[in-house]
Amino acid sequence: MNARTENELLLPPMHSPARLSNTHLDALEEETVFILREVAAAFERPTLLFSGGKDSLVLLKCAEKAFGAGRIPYPLLMIDTGHNFPEVTAYRDQRAQELGAKLIVRSVEDSMARGTVRLAHPGESRNAHQSVTLLEAIEEFRFDALIGGARRDEEKARAKERIFSHRDSFGQWQPKDQRPELWTLFNTRLAPGEHFRVFPISNWTELDVWQYIEREHVGLPSIYYTHKREVVERRGLLVPVTELTPPRDGETVQVRNVRFRTVGDITTTCPVESLAADAGDVVLETLSVDVSERGATRMDDMTSEASMEKRKKDGYF
Amino acid sequence: MSATTATLDSTALHGDTGTALRFITCGSVDDGKSTLIGRLLVDSKTVLQDQLAGVQRGGETDLALLTDGLSAEREQGITIDVAYRYFSTAKRKFIIGDAPGHEQYTRNMVTAASAADAAVVLVDATKLAWAAEVEDGTVVKRELLPQTRRHTLLSHLLRVQSIVFAVNKLDAIDDAGLAFERISTALTTFAEAAGVQVAGIVPISALKGWNVATRHADWVGYEGPSLLELLEDLPVTVQDEAVPFAFPVQWVEKFSSSADTSQGRRVFWGRVASGHVEPGQRVTVLPSNQTATVAQVLSHTRQPKTVHAGHSAGIVLDREVDVSRGDWLLAPDAFEPVREITATVAWLDDEPLVAGRVYWALQGHRWVKAKVARIVDRVNITTLESEPATQLEANSIGDVVLALQQPLAVLPFTQSRALGSLVLVDTASHKTAAAVLVQPAAAKA
Repeated sequence: MNARTENELLLPPMHSPARLSNTHLDALEEETVFILREVAAAFERPTLLFSGGKDSLVLLKCAEKAFGAGRIPYPLLMIDTGHNFPEVTAYRDQRAQELGAKLIVRSVEDSMARGTVRLAHPGESRNAHQSVTLLEAIEEFRFDALIGGARRDEEKARAKERIFSHRDSFGQWQPKDQRPELWTLFNTRLAPGEHFRVFPISNWTELDVWQYIEREHVGLPSIYYTHKREVVERRGLLVPVTELTPPRDGETVQVRNVRFRTVGDITTTCPVESLAADAGDVVLETLSVDVSERGATRMDDMTSEASMEKRKKDGYF
Repeated sequence: MSATTATLDSTALHGDTGTALRFITCGSVDDGKSTLIGRLLVDSKTVLQDQLAGVQRGGETDLALLTDGLSAEREQGITIDVAYRYFSTAKRKFIIGDAPGHEQYTRNMVTAASAADAAVVLVDATKLAWAAEVEDGTVVKRELLPQTRRHTLLSHLLRVQSIVFAVNKLDAIDDAGLAFERISTALTTFAEAAGVQVAGIVPISALKGWNVATRHADWVGYEGPSLLELLEDLPVTVQDEAVPFAFPVQWVEKFSSSADTSQGRRVFWGRVASGHVEPGQRVTVLPSNQTATVAQVLSHTRQPKTVHAGHSAGIVLDREVDVSRGDWLLAPDAFEPVREITATVAWLDDEPLVAGRVYWALQGHRWVKAKVARIVDRVNITTLESEPATQLEANSIGDVVLALQQPLAVLPFTQSRALGSLVLVDTASHKTAAAVLVQPAAAKA
C-alpha cells in the first residue's frame, strides 16, 4: 500500500492545506504545557516516557517551555526492547544529556533474564512484552504518573482514552469505566498501588506534530528523513533488512529512498518510501498520504482489530 | 527538498486560518451519531485507505465502525465512551467528540460537552410520532426522546456556545417534508421552554450524506447551509474576559540558585481563569487574604506581557507572600469568599448522591471537603419541572446546597466557567461523581 513509485510521490496532495495554521498549534501547545505542569504539581513521583521518537521529542520541547531548559522536574524513562534503531538510541541519549535530564533505562532483556518475560519463540516481537518491564519499573520506582506521547489519532482504542487515564494496581486500563474528565478539573486522586498514564498530546495529529517540529526546529533522529536503506516488499509494507529482520526465501532486497513515520521496535517498524529531507517536506507529504501512520508502518497492529485495546488492558502504554 | 514542495503555494501553507472548533455529537442511541461522524470523515477525505478497509463488513461500508473502537462497543453495537476524531476542511480544523447516546454513559457525554464549543444533537426522525395530529379527539403533543432532551439540557447547562439539531434519517420517511416541519416545531418549542438558543436545525441523511458535507438541494423545503457549512462558521468558546481577574495557582516554581533566592522570587504558574493580568495590578491571595502587587508576568516564552483569560501565565509578586498550589490570586474586593453554595449538579456516579455525605470538591487546583447540606430539587427531564428528591441517581440533574470546609471564591457558572465549576469526587472510591455548576445565590433562596 505504501510502496509507492516515485511518480506517485509527485501527485498533488488530496488534503486541503487549510489545516496549516499557527493558532491551532499555539492552542495545542498551551494545552500540553498546562498538563505537563499539572503532573509536576499533582503527583509525587512522575516520569516522562521517552523513546527518542518524534512524539516524545515534541513532548520534551513542550516540557522545556513549561519548566525552562535544565529544569524538567521529572526523570525520563525508556523501556528498551533491545531491538532499537541505533540512530534513535544515540539521539535519545544525546537529547537527555543536553537537557540535563535524568534518563532511566529498563530493558525487556533484563525481564527475560529474570524470567518475568518468556518469549513464545526467539524471533517473537518484544513490543507487547514491554508492558511487563514497564510495570516492573513502575513498581521499582513507585511512579504515580507516567507521561506518554500517545495521540488519539493513532488508533481507535487510543481515540477513546482520557488525558489523565487511571490505571489500577495491575496497571490495567478499564475502558468501560473511565473517570469523567470535566473541563480541566483533573481528578488525580489515587489509591495505593494505582497510577495514572497522562497523555498531554492527545489532541495532536501526525500533521500537527510535524508542523510543530518544523515551527520549533525540533531535532529528530536522522531516520525520520529520507535515506537509502535496504528493504524487501512484504504484504504491502517495506520491511527493513537488518540482522533481526533478514529477507525471507524468494524476497528481493532493494535499496530505496525511505524515511520512518514512526520508530519503535525494529521487528515491527517499517519505513515508507520518501524523498522528504526536512520537516517542511514531511509536512507536505503528510498532507498527501492516503494510509495512516500505523497502517503504513506497523506489522503488529494488523493482526487484530482490537490488538491495541487488548495490550492497553494488559498495562501497555 | 522533495519534488512535492513545488506543487503547493507556500503562502497558502503558512497563512493562519484560525482556531479549531471542538464539537460533540450527541443524542439518543441509534440516532446515527457514529454514522454521521463516519460520513463527515469520509466526505472530508480524512479517512485513509487502511482505515476504510477496516470497516468493510460483507462488502458494505459500515461508517459507524470508524469510531466505535472498543471491542465491547463492536460486540454490543453501541458507543460506550467518547471517541475523539480530527478532520479539516478548506476553511477550518475540527475536533469531534463522539459522545455515547446510552443513558448509562451520560457521564462520558458530559465529559465531551465540558470541552466543546458546539453540540450537534441528533434526532432520529423515524423514532418520533410526528404523523398523527389528533388522537381520541385531543391534539397529539409531539414528544422528543428523553436523551434528546437530556443532552440538549446538559449542553445548555454546561454553556456549550452553539447547539445545533440535526434531524436524521429523513430519507427513510415518505412524507419527509411534513416530518421535518413538525419535528422542527417540536424542537423549537422544547428549546424555548428550556431557554436554549438554537444555532440551527438541519435535515440530514447521515447514511446517504445529504446535507452533511454538501447541500442536498430542494429537499424537505430546507434551504439553509449543510451541517458542515454551519459548523465552519460557528464561534469558538468566548473566554470570561469581562469578569474581574482570577487566577488559580497550579504550580509554584522555586529557584534554587543563590542569585534567584537572594531576590526572594518565586513564580506562580497557572491559567488565567477570568479577566487578564499585567504588571502593576494589585491582587489578594485566597485563602491567606494577603495583598501584593504583580511585579512581572511571564508566558511560556518568558516574555513579560499581558496575559488574558484562557492562557497560562507565570506571575511574580513584588514581595514574599504565602502562596501555594491551590490558592487563588484575585482582583481585590471583587469576590466574596463563601462557605456555602447552591449549585446545579449533573450526577455521574453509579452511587447516588446522598444528603449529609461528605465529598471532595475541586475548584481550580484547590481540593476542599464539601458536605451535601440539602437537596433542593431534581429536574424532570420530560416536563423540565422541578420535583422533590431525597437523593440524586446516576444521570440525573438537580440543585443542591453544599457546605464547604474552607471558603471559596465563586461566581455563578453563567458568569464564569472557571469560578463557577467544580467537580465532586467520592472520598471512598475516588471516582468523579458530579459536575457542579454554581447557581446565583439568590435564585434558590
